[in-house]
Amino acid sequence: MSAASVFPRLEPLLPRVSKPIQYVGGELNAVAKDWDSAAVRWALMYPDAYEVGQPNQGVQILYEVLNERDDVLAERTYAVWPDLEALMREHGVPQFTVDAHRPVAAFDLFGVSFATEMGYTNLLAALDLAQIPLDAAARDESHPVVIAGGHAAFNPEPIADFIDAAVLGDGEEAVLEITDIVRAWKADGRPGGRDELLLRLARTEAVYVPRFYDVDYLPDGRIQRVIPNRAEVPFRVHKRTTMDLDQWPYPKQPLVPLAETVHERYAVEIFRGCTRGCRFCQAGMITRPVRERSITTIGDMVERGIKESGFNEVGLLSLSSADHSEIGDVCSGLADRYEGDNVSLSLPSTRVDAFNVTLAQELSRNGRRSGLTFAPEGGSERIRRVINKMVSEEDLIRTVVTAYQGGWRQVKLYFMCGLPTETDDDVLQIARLAHEVIKAGREATGSKDIRCTVSIGGFVPKPHTPFQWASQADPETVDRRLKLLKQEINSNRSLGRAIGYRYHDGEPSVIEGLLSRGDRRVGAVIRRVWEQGGRFDGWSEHFSYRRWTDAAAEALEPMGVSLAWYTLRERDENEVLPWDHLDSGLDKEWLWADWQDSLSEVEQDDCRWTPCFDCGVCPGMDTEIQIGPTGRKLLPLTVV
Amino acid sequence: MGKRKPVPDRDQEPVVQRIRIRYAKRGRLRFTSHRDFARALERAVRRAEVPIAYSAGFSPHPKISYVGASPTGVASEAEYAEVGLRRPMDADALRQALDAALPPGIDVVDAVVSAGGSLADRIQVSRWRLELPGVAPDELAVAVETFMAAPEAPVERSTKQGRRTLDARAPVERCQVVEEPTSMGETSTSVEGLAAPLPGYPAPCAILDLVVRHVTPSVRPDEILAGLRSVADLEPPAPVRATRVAQGVFTEDGDVADPLAADREGTPQR
Ligand code: SF4
Repeated sequence: MSAASVFPRLEPLLPRVSKPIQYVGGELNAVAKDWDSAAVRWALMYPDAYEVGQPNQGVQILYEVLNERDDVLAERTYAVWPDLEALMREHGVPQFTVDAHRPVAAFDLFGVSFATEMGYTNLLAALDLAQIPLDAAARDESHPVVIAGGHAAFNPEPIADFIDAAVLGDGEEAVLEITDIVRAWKADGRPGGRDELLLRLARTEAVYVPRFYDVDYLPDGRIQRVIPNRAEVPFRVHKRTTMDLDQWPYPKQPLVPLAETVHERYAVEIFRGCTRGCRFCQAGMITRPVRERSITTIGDMVERGIKESGFNEVGLLSLSSADHSEIGDVCSGLADRYEGDNVSLSLPSTRVDAFNVTLAQELSRNGRRSGLTFAPEGGSERIRRVINKMVSEEDLIRTVVTAYQGGWRQVKLYFMCGLPTETDDDVLQIARLAHEVIKAGREATGSKDIRCTVSIGGFVPKPHTPFQWASQADPETVDRRLKLLKQEINSNRSLGRAIGYRYHDGEPSVIEGLLSRGDRRVGAVIRRVWEQGGRFDGWSEHFSYRRWTDAAAEALEPMGVSLAWYTLRERDENEVLPWDHLDSGLDKEWLWADWQDSLSEVEQDDCRWTPCFDCGVCPGMDTEIQIGPTGRKLLPLTVV
Repeated sequence: MGKRKPVPDRDQEPVVQRIRIRYAKRGRLRFTSHRDFARALERAVRRAEVPIAYSAGFSPHPKISYVGASPTGVASEAEYAEVGLRRPMDADALRQALDAALPPGIDVVDAVVSAGGSLADRIQVSRWRLELPGVAPDELAVAVETFMAAPEAPVERSTKQGRRTLDARAPVERCQVVEEPTSMGETSTSVEGLAAPLPGYPAPCAILDLVVRHVTPSVRPDEILAGLRSVADLEPPAPVRATRVAQGVFTEDGDVADPLAADREGTPQR
């Protein structure tokens, strides 16, 4: 496909769609590279609307890492809303990049980052708009290699038919290695065509090429085995881990959108990985071990990031930011540096302890105070032992009271519903906790003017976690418990009035469950839903449960499996899981033992502060924990 | 959100100088809405380390005021804003710094230290250039004649409050078909790319030069097109591209004068 800009054809359509600015690119720090000067060209996609996708760190980092190379070009593309999609179809305008408005099909590689499985239908929409065959098998040398990344790529089986490859884990080094392989193959004159290129990628053992693996099924529907169908292809594909994050201080030149987006801030990832061991948390399991950025690198990144972007908000991100070994010094150092500068600092941490409140106090010295959220996740002490969230009721109440005393009038408490072994009573305990929190808060502050919001998420069992074998709760049970909880919260009128209650119904979680633990047969469901108009499934106004259940019945039942079979069924120890050939570093035996511990309510400590508990990641991936303290401090910025 | 502490003891420094800037929205960035632009300018101010003054209060805002922003999707060569500084600065240095800190396509083209008086009062008319792809100049000339001869041209606008009728004819001071795209006078010839033919638009392409008084509610170029449609049956086959070429003082000879001229001369007007 010609790489000429489609903008002249797109431009007349833009006045007819909502928020056209999201499609024009031209952001500050965007890169415009000469097409012909590049040996390898990437189109990078976050498969959601621009307002959600543009701030995505993963895509921004890869965009910058790739464009820093002289002979590599990377441009970005996002999902287009149905209003523009209809016009593009009518006028034959293909899926385009926002940077130079080139057709996605003209690139060598099309990398799609999946933070969630709910983006799968948007992948199909983009491929089809790009005029790239949906079936990877139908593509030829002229089409881009479609590569999935992001957390969902740890089980890409449901989209195995639609992608050419998947990369597990950190992307910074992986994209450069893939680039090198593509560059060499092109320079060699593309020997062996697309097949040879994919084979070269697969041989690295770090790129999963689904077509080189056959899946056999047992008569009862379970997987019998997954085996390579080619010599030279590894039995297992390993995740990538970038060590020494100080060497990768991206984003250096953050993209600054003109359109309004969900996060307008300079975000620095202060560490990667988490070993707190919450058993429901896929992110914590697949990103091990913990690798910190040093306090000085964080300080330098923030300084440069503000200068390059002009953002007035800085987010210190990670899976549990208060756990950084020098977080106290990081917060006080940054608060000192930016005091009086109208720059607001935030630390999205949900850790339930007083230290977290202290950090929030420190960061709010600038006058701007962000909300406080604590995540006990489970309502009863029992269920918290099951999920390995070691928070006592006493701690929770003490922490929230500290927040009220520190001047916060409102806090948010986050819980999950539908957890393994959960009973009605475990959920009703959430109401009791919330009541206790308000009571204690009123007592401590002498004020009636304190509130808390109870926010509930539906639990979805995820691959590569101890709960990968668990049965997911059916939506009726979840919805019933949520209703009971609401009644229980309001059973005491005075306390109930001070408690806000937010939840989502259980249906979308079931579909997320299907897509998370599905195998290749689930691809037919995704295709069917997309054909029926399914798009933007992460948006409640676009999600249709009915469309999914109908498609699942149609596509799965002839194969003897079903939506319930994938979601509600508990797996046994010996079952071959669809992602067993994808190596996150975690030992399956360790995961099983942790699952058994969970059922007997046995907790597991964090290997940062107690000895290694042999989850398998460090020896398996040849990595190690990288944490401080470095003992260094942030010095005041020199005033110009 | 959490409790809002009383305003910290951190009085904001006062404004010691005001600088008025003219900026352009060009090319693909014409799709920038006014809100989008305001966010971008605030960031540019921080990025360029401009000594901007902030409002007092719990969440301080940079002191920037905007005058008559163009609608989303409409390009402009002449948008105006005024920034309040807490330390004086050379106007052209500010222009350059802001221009460098904004994405290409949002370009700061002029900056003058305010000599006082109200800038808004000097923004009385707009001059627009409309490109009508697929419309022949003769055809447009006939429609324009009918439109200008009409006593009024009622058009509908739907607002959040419902539909209302506006007269698209009354504020139009001039409406002429331009023969040569480059004969647009000083402003447009100095503007790169403005006269370039638009790829993807059908030929021929008639060009309309409009001078429209600012009335309340303001009448936009698309409403004048609607007026041309209702009174003169003009139906452009493709989307029309509009550019605001100038804004400013309405002169006696029916033209648009630079609203910053008074500041440049240092004589506060009005
Ligand atoms: S292998 Fe040991 S040290 Fe490494 S993440 Fe697992 S438990 Fe922690």
